[in-house]
Amino acid sequence: MKRLAAALAAALLCASGASAVSEPLPDQAVIDGATMPAKLSAFGLFRPGTSEPLPALLPYDLNTPLFSDYAEKHRAIWMPPGESAPIMRDGNPSFPVGTVIVKSFGWPDWNGGRPVETRLLIRRASGWVALPYIWDADGKDASLAIAGRRVPVTFKSPDGASHSINYAVPNKNQCKECHSLKGEIVPIGPKAGNMDFAASRGRSDFSRFFTWPANRIAPMPRWNDPKSGSVADRARAYLAVNCSHCHNPEGSASNSGLFLRWTDPVNVNYGIGKRPTAAGRGSGGMDFAIAPGDPDHSFLIYRLESLDPGIAMPEVGRSTVHSEGAALLRQWIAEMPKDAH
Amino acid sequence: MRFHGLRHAATLCILAAIAANPASAKTISVSAGTPDANEKLQEALILAEPGDTVELGAGTWKLTDGLSLDVNNVTVRGAGAGEGGSILDFSGQQGAGEGLLVTSDDVFLTGFAVLNTKGDGIKSKGADRIVYYRLRVEWTAGPKATNGAYGVYPVESTDVLIDSVFVRGASDAGIYVGQSKNIVVRDSIAQENVAGIEIENSFDADVHDNIATRNTGGILVFDLPSLPQQGGHNVRVFENVVNDNSTPNFAPKGNIVASVPTGTGVLVMANRNVEIFDNVFDLNGTANVMIVGYRYDHKDPNYQPLPKQIVVRGNQHGKAGYAPAFDGADQIAAALGGSLPPVLWDGAGDAVVLDDVGVLSLGLPDIKTPRSEAKPQPANLKGTPPARLPEIKLPESMEAKVK
Repeated sequence: MKRLAAALAAALLCASGASAVSEPLPDQAVIDGATMPAKLSAFGLFRPGTSEPLPALLPYDLNTPLFSDYAEKHRAIWMPPGESAPIMRDGNPSFPVGTVIVKSFGWPDWNGGRPVETRLLIRRASGWVALPYIWDADGKDASLAIAGRRVPVTFKSPDGASHSINYAVPNKNQCKECHSLKGEIVPIGPKAGNMDFAASRGRSDFSRFFTWPANRIAPMPRWNDPKSGSVADRARAYLAVNCSHCHNPEGSASNSGLFLRWTDPVNVNYGIGKRPTAAGRGSGGMDFAIAPGDPDHSFLIYRLESLDPGIAMPEVGRSTVHSEGAALLRQWIAEMPKDAH
Repeated sequence: MRFHGLRHAATLCILAAIAANPASAKTISVSAGTPDANEKLQEALILAEPGDTVELGAGTWKLTDGLSLDVNNVTVRGAGAGEGGSILDFSGQQGAGEGLLVTSDDVFLTGFAVLNTKGDGIKSKGADRIVYYRLRVEWTAGPKATNGAYGVYPVESTDVLIDSVFVRGASDAGIYVGQSKNIVVRDSIAQENVAGIEIENSFDADVHDNIATRNTGGILVFDLPSLPQQGGHNVRVFENVVNDNSTPNFAPKGNIVASVPTGTGVLVMANRNVEIFDNVFDLNGTANVMIVGYRYDHKDPNYQPLPKQIVVRGNQHGKAGYAPAFDGADQIAAALGGSLPPVLWDGAGDAVVLDDVGVLSLGLPDIKTPRSEAKPQPANLKGTPPARLPEIKLPESMEAKVK
């Protein structure tokens, strides 16, 4: 992310140095229209011929991000001029029509760090639309891949291990599987407690994007930063971000009865002493999703550490094991008193 | 005994030709031989509009990723579920929890096979008025613990029709309907699964004219705690053939069906108003009919763990109880002269058994008493049954699809 910050700083310098020249803006007509353009460039969100977002977009990070095969994600938001997103009391921004949330996925050591794919979440008058684009070989533009695709990539994870995987770019329906609440598409990442604007807070136009409620919203911990929260809090943040978009009463995994939102109580419906419902092979022969004090007999861990499609969780978006994340959850479960259920 | 399946089969070819569709509807045909067939098929399922038919060509489709459909009122029609039909082969599946996932309403699935998925076969969630018709979901190597869990798997749906499907090899339930309402499962064959057909945490279901054979347990009616929909009730299991359910349990431990004894015909756990009638039972080594409470620890104050108002009548009982496969059954059988009677009740809740066969109670009225403290004794459960449950009626739009 340091590289990203530097690039942004450079972009900002350019922007301020050229303030007299009108800055290019995305094509709002395409954003607001009903089409699914075949080329990403149609939206005008990036500098022409590059995968670099226009300076007019607001970059942001997340305290705790969703794990996606160790991909580095570059996130940015666009809202039409004159529009902003008030942050509601529950921490969810209320995005105006015309908003685009842009997320590019790549690996620093693959293909020169250029993104493999960019996903758009567009707020149109009819609701949110999710569109996946895969970058062309020359890196100048990206093409709509509505049915998703597997892209072979090779990269190193932080522990130095090399991974060669068939990275799965999700199809339009899979976008919705995660981004679904009561059957409608919604954003899942940008929640006030989890957004980090370190890279853009100093911008002169920062305040045009979000308006914050009077009451401070406590930040969610960074899953990998012990200074940001206890093991339990960081583990819950990890589960909230990686699991609760499906595992909530209105999400794709509502029928499981396993609910992992940041605000959910840590009880049987959070997995403590919860028997498998429709887990199939995902139970791994174990009795409970979380057996306090015993991560080796907690099938939540078993599923996070598996790559078998009949076992692995999450069901989409993961072709490698996030061993660091699993280690955090193992520690959390190991430290639970055994009689907690 | 009548079999809709046979009657339907005779007229199917004629009816398939006159399938009614709105005038604007189009047919999107995809061929198994297309390069990138997986992507093309998924694209068709995404680009389909309400009223459209996605037509799967004949042949074997080698698929690496699960498919999904999220458009209302779409038909997915193949060239047949048998040899020479449209075979979706997921042996090389790399991702997704199932072969095909449907999340939209008024969907009609017919005429194809889904083979060897890593997880579930066909799942539909929140998909009201879905029709599964003339499909095959199979793990072709037969019973194996590494097979996927559910074959046909509608969940959280209102109005579900499963008609003339064949499911084999599921390591949990072949046909599993969960947390749904207004359900018909008929004219289908469930073979060599752990559970043949399972109705779980569901309301208002008719399960009839099916064949459940060579599973661990033939037909299960279950209710489990700590789930969004519970309190399963009003389930009729009738005119089925439930025989030779003798496959050793191959479910992964921990799952509730891993506790089903090999040789179970129909098993009711913690439901109210279940009627089991006019079925043909034979060769179920533990019992033809078993009625039990949920005896695991749970922390759900809203959960009702007892079977209540269960009725067993008019069934034909062949050989049963000769190889009972639950803990302690050997001693009980020995005490009773070598085998158990065809109907087994754990003693919790209440049931009326009008069939003229023996009933064994385990004498455990308190749900908290472990089964190891069973006090087995013959029971007379003859009595006055509650009023008969009404037949399940599905919306005419659904029945029209299979007529």
